[in-house]
Amino acid sequence: MAGIPAAQAVEGLRALSRQMREDVFTIAYRAKSGHLGSAFSVIDLLVCLYFHHLRLKPEKPDDPDRDRFILSKGHGCSALYAVLAERGFFPKDDLATCTKDGNRFPGHPSSTLTPGVEASTGSLGHGLGVGVGMALAAKLDERPSRTVVMVSDGECDEGSTWEAMLAASHWKLGGLTCIIDYNKIQSFGRVSEIMELEPFADKWRAFGWHVQEIDGHDHEQILASLAATSLAGSRPHAIIAHTVKGKGVSFMEDAVGWHYWTPQEEHYKQAMAELRSC
Amino acid sequence: MRTTFVKTLLAIAKRDPRIMLLTGDLGFTVFEEFRDTLGRQYLNAGVAEQNMVGVAAGLALSGRRVFVYSIVPFVTFRCFEHIRNDVCYHNLPVCIVGVGGGYSYGHMGSTHHALEDIAVMRSLPNMKVLCPGDPLETEALVHAIVEQDGPCYLRLGKAGEPTLHMEPLSLTIGRAIEMRSGQDLTLIASGTMLERALEIADRLQGGFVRASVLSMHTVKPLDVEAVRKAAAATPLLVTLEEHSRIGGLGSAVAEALSLEGLAVRHLLCAAPDGFATYAGSQEYLRACAGLTVPSICKRIEEVCRVPA
Repeated sequence: MAGIPAAQAVEGLRALSRQMREDVFTIAYRAKSGHLGSAFSVIDLLVCLYFHHLRLKPEKPDDPDRDRFILSKGHGCSALYAVLAERGFFPKDDLATCTKDGNRFPGHPSSTLTPGVEASTGSLGHGLGVGVGMALAAKLDERPSRTVVMVSDGECDEGSTWEAMLAASHWKLGGLTCIIDYNKIQSFGRVSEIMELEPFADKWRAFGWHVQEIDGHDHEQILASLAATSLAGSRPHAIIAHTVKGKGVSFMEDAVGWHYWTPQEEHYKQAMAELRSC
Repeated sequence: MRTTFVKTLLAIAKRDPRIMLLTGDLGFTVFEEFRDTLGRQYLNAGVAEQNMVGVAAGLALSGRRVFVYSIVPFVTFRCFEHIRNDVCYHNLPVCIVGVGGGYSYGHMGSTHHALEDIAVMRSLPNMKVLCPGDPLETEALVHAIVEQDGPCYLRLGKAGEPTLHMEPLSLTIGRAIEMRSGQDLTLIASGTMLERALEIADRLQGGFVRASVLSMHTVKPLDVEAVRKAAAATPLLVTLEEHSRIGGLGSAVAEALSLEGLAVRHLLCAAPDGFATYAGSQEYLRACAGLTVPSICKRIEEVCRVPA
């Protein structure tokens, strides 16, 4: 799949995002897990990636020509799990096991446990370097495979992220895309207060990347920016996705606490009501 | 060892296009031939070891077998979590190659010394820890690394180490090599101390003490069977390593003795838990650490004088 889909298809992706938000909230509610705000800010991006952009075959997960996706901000993995299930990497019912000991869905993704997870992440500052290696292998092998890495804004405090940025442009990895989930809230406060990233786009450009800035919840903008990464060229692509932490549920939106809090019954009821009415 | 390593790897890589060599901007006068011969299998990743290890993992996840090279502290401590999460967690065929084991970079100062690397590398799940004792063990281990599928740490000396084995080896990872046989004690040596162990055995023989010598080129997985046999055959085990006394070969042997319930005396010869007090050559620093042939012989004699 490539290019911009018809309006009807975009509406389908929007509907899927709504459904994914319900699924993710349900996972978090059942598992009593946190990081819900971080998962909600990337759902629209993940839906566009897995249901339009990435060339993947769940029935042939080891295809060497497949596209690779790494969720470097591994703490948002409940969103990835919901999307992978919906895409057919494993039965959706499996997600219900996340409350039980011995399940395959840890709080940070593991490629040895969960089908469809390309790389294990959880500690920030790892995914982009691994993605650089994957994109480099594809380039050396002259394979059509593209690599997409999603990092958080807080993750851009890590020096290793900048090491990888430097290497990706030096090695001319036009097949690599980094999506930055720029929800402006990191672990313990606002990015602008903890460790300012601005002028953020200028920094990526200065490192030699092709940079796009989009509304990370606008499906049309997401799809257009992903389509632009398919253009031939040697510069790696950065998509700075302006997002809202906890997007889609009023009490979670732009709230630092929903990096940590686990939803209670009243939260669950209210969230479901809001998501089903929109 | 360093020269043997790169020559061996080059010969293998010419036949096996999956092999890649990544360096953290080191290898002047060492890697030029590899770079010029196999440019597509060579990459200078710059002075950025964390990224280099991540890139190695990404390459390995795409089918490559990757060797990652730098001076020990930079390719182990600096990027430890990247080795843990990116390489070991994924159980990938990535070999971390550290040059400068022990006090090899003596004059360079403590930032360049490697005395805690085996301890930390040994603690990582899936990681094999390999410390060749001479160029022939280095050559054989590089072949063995390519033939297995998981993470390895290859700890090299620097350059100019003598050849101690008589002929090229075919060794097995995790299987010690008996180099001398004796009934009074067993010297178990790894890496840069193997040469010393042989000298110690010679000197002890002059005093009619017959020592076995085991080259424990693999610290993990440790050859527990060889330790068990040595404990049964001789009343004293002496471990020799150019590494901190915490967490290296001596610790591994002590753990094996404890876990196996083996009652045998164990003399642990290693560097003290500390940074070098003064600057100096490798020989000077070894002497400061008590890792010379006379000082180890003296300790052995003292232990032997005390009844078990």
